Formats: sequence, C-alpha cells, structure tokens
Amino acid sequence: MSPRRHPAVVALLLATSAVVLHLSPTFAQSPAAPPQPSSPQRANPTEVTLLATDSFALSDDILASFQAQHGVPIQVLRVGDAGAMVNQAILSKEHPFADVLYGVDNTFLSRALDAGIFEPYAVTDLEALPPALRLDPQDRVTPVDYGDVCLVLDLKAFGSGGLPTPTSLRDLTLPVYKGKLVVENPATSSPGLAFLLASIEQFGETGSYTWHDYWRDLRANDVAVTAGWDDAYYSTFSGGSDSSGAAGDRPIVVSYATDPAAAVYAASPAPDVSPLGIVPSSCFRQVEFAGVLAGTDDAALARALLDFLVSQPVQEDIPPNMYVLPALPAARLPDAFARFNEAPAQPLTMQPALIGANRERWLAEWTDLVLH
Amino acid sequence: MSRRAALLLAAPPIVFLAVFFAWPVASILAAGLFPNGQLDVRGLVATWTQPWALRTVAFTLALAIGSTLLTLAAGMPAAWVFARFEFRGRRLLRALSIVPFVLPTVVVGAAFLALLGPRSPVNAALAGLLGPSAPVLRLDGTIWAVLLANVFYNVAVVLRLVGGLWSHLDPRTEEAARMLGASPWRAFREVTWPLLRPAVMSAASIVFLFTVTSFGIVLVLGGPGQSTLEVEIYRQTAVLLDLPAAAALSVLQIGGIFTLLLLYARSQERLAVEGALRPAAEMARPPRTRRERLAVGGTLLGLGLLIGLPLLVLVERSFAGIGGYSLDAYRSLFSVSARSALFVPPARAIADSLVFATATLLIAGCLGLLAALVIGYRRGWLPRTFDAVVMLPLGTSAVTIGFGFIIALDQPPLDLRTSVLLIPIAHALIALPFVVRAVAPVIRAIDPRLREAAAVLGASPSRVWRAIDGPIVARAALVGAGFAFAVSLGEFGATLFIARPDTPTVPVAIYRLLNLPGGTNFSQAMAMSTILMVMTAASVLLIERFRGSGPQPF
Repeated sequence: MSPRRHPAVVALLLATSAVVLHLSPTFAQSPAAPPQPSSPQRANPTEVTLLATDSFALSDDILASFQAQHGVPIQVLRVGDAGAMVNQAILSKEHPFADVLYGVDNTFLSRALDAGIFEPYAVTDLEALPPALRLDPQDRVTPVDYGDVCLVLDLKAFGSGGLPTPTSLRDLTLPVYKGKLVVENPATSSPGLAFLLASIEQFGETGSYTWHDYWRDLRANDVAVTAGWDDAYYSTFSGGSDSSGAAGDRPIVVSYATDPAAAVYAASPAPDVSPLGIVPSSCFRQVEFAGVLAGTDDAALARALLDFLVSQPVQEDIPPNMYVLPALPAARLPDAFARFNEAPAQPLTMQPALIGANRERWLAEWTDLVLH
Repeated sequence: MSRRAALLLAAPPIVFLAVFFAWPVASILAAGLFPNGQLDVRGLVATWTQPWALRTVAFTLALAIGSTLLTLAAGMPAAWVFARFEFRGRRLLRALSIVPFVLPTVVVGAAFLALLGPRSPVNAALAGLLGPSAPVLRLDGTIWAVLLANVFYNVAVVLRLVGGLWSHLDPRTEEAARMLGASPWRAFREVTWPLLRPAVMSAASIVFLFTVTSFGIVLVLGGPGQSTLEVEIYRQTAVLLDLPAAAALSVLQIGGIFTLLLLYARSQERLAVEGALRPAAEMARPPRTRRERLAVGGTLLGLGLLIGLPLLVLVERSFAGIGGYSLDAYRSLFSVSARSALFVPPARAIADSLVFATATLLIAGCLGLLAALVIGYRRGWLPRTFDAVVMLPLGTSAVTIGFGFIIALDQPPLDLRTSVLLIPIAHALIALPFVVRAVAPVIRAIDPRLREAAAVLGASPSRVWRAIDGPIVARAALVGAGFAFAVSLGEFGATLFIARPDTPTVPVAIYRLLNLPGGTNFSQAMAMSTILMVMTAASVLLIERFRGSGPQPF
C-alpha cells in the first residue's frame, strides 16, 4: 500500500465513525437532534410551515416579506401532486407537520374536507374574493388561484388552408379531427381529470348521448392519451415547443386557458400575436384552495399566512410564477397575461362533493372505455 | 471475520435500515392491512385475485426480466471492452456512461419520443425519400420504447459493476487456456465466466430491482394502457387513498422481491469463486489485432447510438430556439431578470445538488462498506438475509416509503418530516444497494491463498488486510460511491413522495420548468438537463481519480 493512500483511509474511517455516531440511536435521543417544529406547545415560533405541491412557486422577495411583517420565515414543504399532498395531510392528521396547506383543488376538495384536516378561518379580506370561487360555505378553505382547463389549439394548423376551428367538445368527434387531439390520462394527471369532468358535465350520464358515447367516439377518432401534462404538451402537441423539429404532430391538446398568454410571456423574442388559441366552450374550472391545518401549533401565524396568500402582492406574484390566475379580482396581471388571456365566460364546473363521490367509478369506467 | 466483529460492523446499517426503511414501511402497511385493528384477509385476497392485479404483476415481471436480459446483452461487451482495452477517451466515456442514470424520466422520455416518435430522424428521412405518403415508423407507446429506455438507463450498471471485477482478472489465465487448445468461447466459459458470474449477477439484480419498480418511464413511453405494480401502488395511495389495496399490492411487491433476493443471495454465496484477482493492477492494453480494434470500435459505436444519441438530442434542444441555435437558454438561466424569480438560480441548484450528493455519498458509502464487509466475508443464513434486506429499498415503491415516512417519523425525537436531512437519507436508502453490490462480490473473489501467503510471511492480520483486501475493496467502493453520488444527483423519483423542505436541486428545477408552457421554459429545462449531465460526468471522473493510477505496489 502506498503511503499516500493512508490519509484517505483514515479520513474514510473518521467519516464512517462520524456517520455511525450520527445515525445511531443515541443520536436520536440526544438533545442535539434537529428542531421539532411540531412539538405541542411552542413559545417562540421559529417558522410557519406551508405544505404545497411541486408546482408551487413564489418570488423570493415576496416570501421574505412575510418574515418582515410577522417575524418568522415561511418554510415551504413540497410533496408531489395535489393527490399525494392531500393524502399525506390526511394520514398525518393526528400529528400535522405543517400549519397551512395550499394547492388542494376542487377535484380533491371533498376528500380533504370530509377527513376534517382543516380548521375554519375566514380570511380578513374574504369579501374581496368572488363568491363563485368560494366553494366551502364554512370557510375551512379559501380560494387562492384558479385556472381553466380547455382545448388548446396550435393556430398554425387552423384557419385558411388548414383545419376548421373547432367550437365545441362535440366537434372533436368529427372525422376532420381524426388523429389531431391529445389528452392526459385522468388517472394520473389533473388537467386530464378536469377534461374528463368537463365531458361528464357536458354530456351527462344519461340521455341519448352520454359521456361514454363521447369517449367512444373520441377513441374511434384516434385520440392520443399521455400520462402527464408535460409529455402531452411538449412531446405530442405540435405547438408546445418552439425549439423546432422535435415537438409532436397533434394540433389540439388539453391544457390551460392561460397557454396563449404563456406562449407570448415565455417566448424569446415575444411574438406580437399568440400562436395558440382555446375553445372557450370546452373549459372546466379548476380552483386551488388553501386552509389552516387542524392541530397547527400556532393558529395565529397560520391564519396570518392564509391572509398573506390572498393579499394583493402575493396574488399578483402568482401568475408569473405558476401561470394560473389569482383569485383576487383586484390583482393586476402581467402585461402578456392581461393581453392574451382568453377567459371563458361560462366555464364548466361541478360540485366538489359530486366529484368526490364519483371520481373512482368515473376513472374506472373511463379506463375501460378508452384504454382497454 | 469473527461473528462478533460482523455484528459490530453490521449494526450501523441495520439501525439505519430499521429506522428509515423497515419502520416507515411497516407503519404504512399496517395502516392498510389492519384497517379496523384486524387483519383484513379477505380484502387482501380479493385484491390479489383481481384480473387487473394479475395482469399488472405479469407485465411488471416480464418488463423487468426483459429489461435485465437486454441490459446484460448490451452491457457485457461494453464491460469487456472497458476492462480489457486501453483507448483514448476511455475514462471520459466510462464517466459519461453513468449520465443517463441521473436524468429525470420526463427528460429521457422527451428525448426518446424525439428519436422514436412520428417526427424522428428516420421518419424525416423516409418522408424526404418517399414524400408525404411515406410510412411512419414509431416505437413510442410500445413496450419496445420502454425496454430501450430501460437499457439506456441501466447499461452503466453492467458496464461498471462487471467491468470493475473484470479489470481485476488476469487475462493470462484465459490466454493459458487458449494456449492449451481451448476455443475463445470455451476459454471464456470455463475460465473467465465462473469468476465473473458473481459480478454479473450483482449487476443483474440491481437492474432487475431498478426496472421492477420503474414508474415514470412506463408512464411516459409505455402508452396509457400499460401499468406496472409501482404505478398501481401510486394510484391506490396518492390518487385514491385506498390504503388496503395499496398495502395488498405493496405486500406482494415487497414479499415477492424479498423472496427473490433471498434466493439470489444464496446463489451468490454458492457461485462465488475465489481466486485470480489481481489487486488493483491495470490489465488493460491497447487493442492489437484488427479483430480487437473492430470489436472495440463496434462496441463503442453501439454504446454511442444507445446512450450518446438520446443525450445529444437533449443537448441539441437546449441550444435550439426560434431563430436557430443560440446560447439564449443558458443566458436566461443565469441572468437575473424579473421573470427569473420563478426559476431556481442555477448556481444555487447546483450547489444544493452537490451538497445532498456528498451527504448521500458519505452515508451510503460508509454504511454500504460496512454492510459489504459483512456480506462479503461471512457465510450463512444471517448474512444472506442481511444482504436481501439491504437491497430491498431499491425494490420497494417510492410511494410506500414516502408515505411511510409521513406516518412513522411523526413524533419527537424522530420527527424528521420537515428536516432537510430526510433527503440524503432517502437517497442513501436507494444508493446503499449499489455500494454493497459493487463491493461484496469483489471481496468474495479474493483468493484466500494470497492472505495465507502473506500471513505465512509474517504479516499481522491488519497488515494482511491492508495489503491484500484493502486496495481491491477501496477500488470497488469507489465504483459504488460513483453510483451513490449519481443516484443522489438524479433524485431518482425517490424523493417525489417525501414532503421536503424547499431545496431546489437541479432535477427539481428541471421538473418545475417542464411543468410550465412556453418555449423558453422548455429550452431552459433542456439547458438544466445538460448542466446536470456535465455535473454528473465531472463528479464521477473526480471520484474515480481517487483510485489513483500507475502500478500498484503489489
């Protein structure tokens, strides 16, 4: 063995013993264990914890402004998607590990409410929020943002010389749109679920043409199904990526009403006209809520955080960061969003309780209809 | 190694696995299996006997076995070439081979769709030749795309684990067999293969575990009809919150994989052949004959097509913009504009990733080394079971582990749910098997006569270990360490279902960018992916530098 190898071995042994010490049970009982934010009583709060999904994003200076006002920083915890987050909050109900949850949407709302994970709190500026978005009369949750899931069109494939522009959900069953549509699997994707709900709301479960008939027709018309939004948008939809060539070949995708604006906002150089459009009558409204988690060890701070989320500065920071629209109508939108946002006048909606009661059955039926 | 010493060495990894694996998983399974305080046997059996459950299990196994065999087929020639021959760029290529490992499945999916989908180069060429009526060849949405992607991800496991042992084998043994009249195939089969087999089985077991739990790539490339056990566990847990069904599937997954691992550990023990390991000697030489040059060239070309092409697509797309190629994506990543508030500053993401990877390397490296020593030097059912347990996290659903953390680690002193420590811990769980599988087979292959000879010559036991085993073990440990580092850099989806503090690592930044529409976001995601590739290759090169070069003093 060469002498110069000795230090490495010694360092390795030292590191081993350090890690062993660090992880041994004595460590677990030692007073130097990491801080335990959810100990029952907390005299001097050190932070307030926000449980959010992976899509959560706010500017650093906005997040920091909370600390300036309330003296403690916001610790953001992220867990996968809305379903994973809500389910983890439900499972940890007895020992919550966050003070506020943000990102539960109307499709998961009833499960969260039924499980009793929230404690009611009416935010200070409740009246400033539109009643149409306030879906819980008991104020256990507060709407923070919303987005409309719509059929989004790659406009270069439509109009003169191209395809006729579709105007309704039903249009997509026409032969001219064969092989033109890509949707997300509602079992694994939230816009996919919103689109399924739109079709159920539109065509119903009974009558001469039900949502089953609709999806049978879509399947016959060669609808493409992807697992998630990103592979639908960037790999199958033809208008998803401006970096030539590698994008998909289908000009219609299930995505968001803000996409035409985003295609201008997040393009360099920004085009004068958006390359994307939407089919307004196809839109289904997704509302995202926040609520104070029952069992929070600092209700005052948790409430302050909830107030903060619907305050004007945060609401104005939401569109450029998450590409969804603020619940607060008074919040100003970035220029591109203000100019190119195509808000549907009458989006389709469905009661959260109805979604909660039927989701599993609908998903199973959809899977049988479309995938098997 | 005495029994006492073995227990002492095994204690830290056992405690680690008990606290961060067994307990969380048992907690979430208990919640599902005992919904009302009683074991719901009927529910369990009802889930298992559903036709879709059987279909899913069959598909999952077929996919994993198929992927493992294909990966071995692609990886063995590569392992041979890299172990036996010296050629320019060898180290760099070896380091690059691990790059696929760290790439998020969404990104790899995008690259494969570009290469195998309707607008692939092949289809572009066909359309150019035959006009618009040209047939469209596409593999996306088929099982072939998933298999190919799995080979792409895992070929480095075979290349490195098998190649690692192979480079210790003295080529003269095989040459002697040839001299005595054996055909090249017979010489390989009877001389090299028995020595190599433990490493091949090691690599195969890792690839199998990795593919049997594959999640993202099946969703992205497999088409919507395909479902693996992992996908179903995710659906039952994260979407439907049907814990009994999820637990029934997890029990099936964990039980099945544990049984396979026990059988595997047993065969490993029996197959281990001691002998002919040259301690840390460099056996590679330049290819001499035309045939050798052809073999090296052909293998490298194949690897280039399999690994290089998809990676190149990603790099290409990070430079592509509306107006042709540019550095815009990189510039906007590093510039601080009003819009970049959304984005993680790349420097911060890189720093965070490196910190976690280093922590993972330390935890998994040390614990893995301890475990490998016990598994390598001891025989019997206890070390065998230990071996299987160490490997099990890699074969357990990330959802099960993530949800287990939430309900198990919920009280002081172990309320780590909001601690940043949880990230390297979760990474280390996944990285441990790589370290163990890199080291244990090598230990078993050391010829005991070398030790005996050293002892006869008067060396003390510790001196014997330092002289004989030490260098070989250290070198194998570095191969494992490289994987541990890469596992953490790539995040692996292991942490997707763990509530984690806001630590924007590079894969997290890529994920966020790909979650938003708009051309800039896409090319920035590709630019971040390119940064991740460079980072990974550089780290692995650096880690492997530790093995030193030049002749070893043995």
